Amino acid sequence: MAFQIPKINYTGKIKEVSIGSGSHAIKVGGESCYPFHLFEGAMPNPPRVAFEVWDYPPEEWQEWAIEPYKDVINDPVAWAKKSQDTYGAELIALLLKSADPNGMNRDVEQVVATVKSVADAITVPLLVWGCVNDEKDAALLRRVAELCEGKNVAIGPLVEKNYKQIGAMAIGYNQVVMASTPIDVNLAKQLNILLGNLGMPDDRMLIDPTTGGLGYGLEYSYSVMERDRMAALTQEDVKLQYPLVCNMAHEVWKTKETKVKKEDNPKLGDEKKRSILMEAVTAMSLLVAGADILIMRHPDAITLVRDMIKELTN
Amino acid sequence: MGLTGIQIFKLLPKTNCGDCGSPTCLAFAMALAAGKAELEKCPYVSDEAKAQLSEASAPPIRPVTIGTGEYAVKIGGETVLFRHEKTFFNKPGLAILITDAMAHEEVDRRFNKLAELQFERVGLNLRPELLALKDTGDKEKFVDLVKRAAPTPYGIILMSSDAGTMKAALELVKDKKPLIYAATKENADAFGALAKESACPLAVKGENLDDVVALSEKLTGMGLKDLVLDAGARSVKGAFQDQIFIRRAALLSKFKPLGFPTITFPCEMADNVMKETLIASLFVAKYAGIIVLSDFEGENVFPLLLERLNIYTDPQRPMTTEQGIYPINNPDQNSPVLVTCNFSLTYFIVTGEIENSRVPTWLCVMDTEGLSVMTAWAAGKFVGDAVGPFIKKSGIADKVAHKKLVIPGYSAGILGDLEEELPGWEITVGPREAAHLPAFLKMWKA
Repeated sequence: MAFQIPKINYTGKIKEVSIGSGSHAIKVGGESCYPFHLFEGAMPNPPRVAFEVWDYPPEEWQEWAIEPYKDVINDPVAWAKKSQDTYGAELIALLLKSADPNGMNRDVEQVVATVKSVADAITVPLLVWGCVNDEKDAALLRRVAELCEGKNVAIGPLVEKNYKQIGAMAIGYNQVVMASTPIDVNLAKQLNILLGNLGMPDDRMLIDPTTGGLGYGLEYSYSVMERDRMAALTQEDVKLQYPLVCNMAHEVWKTKETKVKKEDNPKLGDEKKRSILMEAVTAMSLLVAGADILIMRHPDAITLVRDMIKELTN
Repeated sequence: MGLTGIQIFKLLPKTNCGDCGSPTCLAFAMALAAGKAELEKCPYVSDEAKAQLSEASAPPIRPVTIGTGEYAVKIGGETVLFRHEKTFFNKPGLAILITDAMAHEEVDRRFNKLAELQFERVGLNLRPELLALKDTGDKEKFVDLVKRAAPTPYGIILMSSDAGTMKAALELVKDKKPLIYAATKENADAFGALAKESACPLAVKGENLDDVVALSEKLTGMGLKDLVLDAGARSVKGAFQDQIFIRRAALLSKFKPLGFPTITFPCEMADNVMKETLIASLFVAKYAGIIVLSDFEGENVFPLLLERLNIYTDPQRPMTTEQGIYPINNPDQNSPVLVTCNFSLTYFIVTGEIENSRVPTWLCVMDTEGLSVMTAWAAGKFVGDAVGPFIKKSGIADKVAHKKLVIPGYSAGILGDLEEELPGWEITVGPREAAHLPAFLKMWKA
């Protein structure tokens, strides 16, 4: 063809971040082009899915979400191992929901004991997600950083109010951090700068842009992630050149559209397939916006998404 | 589009006659550049200038409409690669594949899916719009299928490579402005003529982009204007790249032969509906004009409709929910009363959590012009002397036997002012996060 497809002039590159240790350590990031734009750049590390594990039995989950884990749902260690051994998880994301002061409010030592046993039981890398209460997380995630020494885990969310306490420990114990800001490019950049000033090495940071589920603000996350990537890759905004992690499972599965059964609203169709597709479609949208790690729930949704990643990167 | 006000100004008569409604030619030029005026308003502009201006102001991706009436689907007309740069305008049409080899009952079931799968959300009706009718080689059967589809209100895509069959089908439904699919290297002359005769939009199918460019040039040369492109790839990776290439060529290079909307076929790219849905979701985000699926069920169509709504929401304008009182879980006179803003995301999340709690509740939604609670508070729209009068006028006092109101945690600062505005009311500050509402509501007492 006489006509040439216009190429984007990429001037930046996403940093490569390693999580985990030993032979199961994985790398994320490293992109030199927009997501899956392999005709004009490289994606040396395909996006990864982290299997979500809660640190207490999530009784409020839909039965079709519990079903794949029903024999292990009361034991985070067994749950994480099943995800790894049966479903082939390459990453586990342990959510410390039980620490939430507005919920069960378990004390820090009890919660970190679970983290330690999960970390010791699995060989794949671990992400540890706090209870999203700034103060509690400050205490909790510092202990996690300490107890998981040598495992190179990713801990978060670090926010403006607690990044110093958690960040210092993460630096001291060589862990990766997930810097979290509410759907805003400039706030994300600012927190990354603050973490840099604190001494956090560039290859130990991930960005959590805050994730909205399908029908519940997905478009805000989608566009902020596209803007992050545009700034990082074409505007030499070095403080945005980090991999993106999306904690999306709970955002999807808490919506009423994943809970209502076909018998109560026939036109919404089969509840299990619908919820799985709502999770997978959310994931697909976040992937084309730039996600490097997706925290997901249902093994069938994860299989679908991994297949699409393979299709787009083969 | 394309030209600046100054460039346009140079082509105008520069007489400042004012007949166009603008005081000067420069003001008129600026209005044209901003898309706020039309060139026809100027009675004195030369034909030559007119031609130049209309050429330059033609949209880089031509808007094409499939179908007529209520179910007309307008596609194309996009101006950006990323939605945050402005917005995406015309949502991709969703089509269900129906072949002439299917039994009548199956065909009817598929027609009925379009009637059934309609979902109300934020005052919008989300629904798929199109039928893709496919010829499998028997002209009579295909014509019969088209006959059956003709009385339905839906937009139609006619899929056949045979000019005779297509001609017979067009005789039946050309007034419904179906999309003719597709002109190929082999049949371009005949299909171009059919599209011209019937004044219907025409899809172009090539084996690759080069083919599509050649066909598009040939057909526009025949005087056709409304084209839809299919660059042929049926691998996920190849089809994704085609979408990117076509959009970029049109917008970044203003390359006319690719300045048209696209049609995609997830139905030909997967062997199961789940995977097909994910492929479709990729095309919702990245640039499809039409997406043809092998079947419609609530479980696969609903997620795609939501994604389409999200991606095509104008990022410059927040979505809003109508002001009013929303009863949730069948409340009565002893149920709690909550007030919040009308940013639709807030409304969705708050109602979702109230529904989860199963506590019967009255939710008063106040018009804050789509601003969230904190932003509305900062802008002086969600403050005591606004919320107070709203609650008084809302009529909620007639619905409950108590005078207790719960305000969002993030608006705790308005408590004092609001108490002054609403004498006799007991006002409580609720949780900051909607996720904590169920626990809060379960503790609430009238």
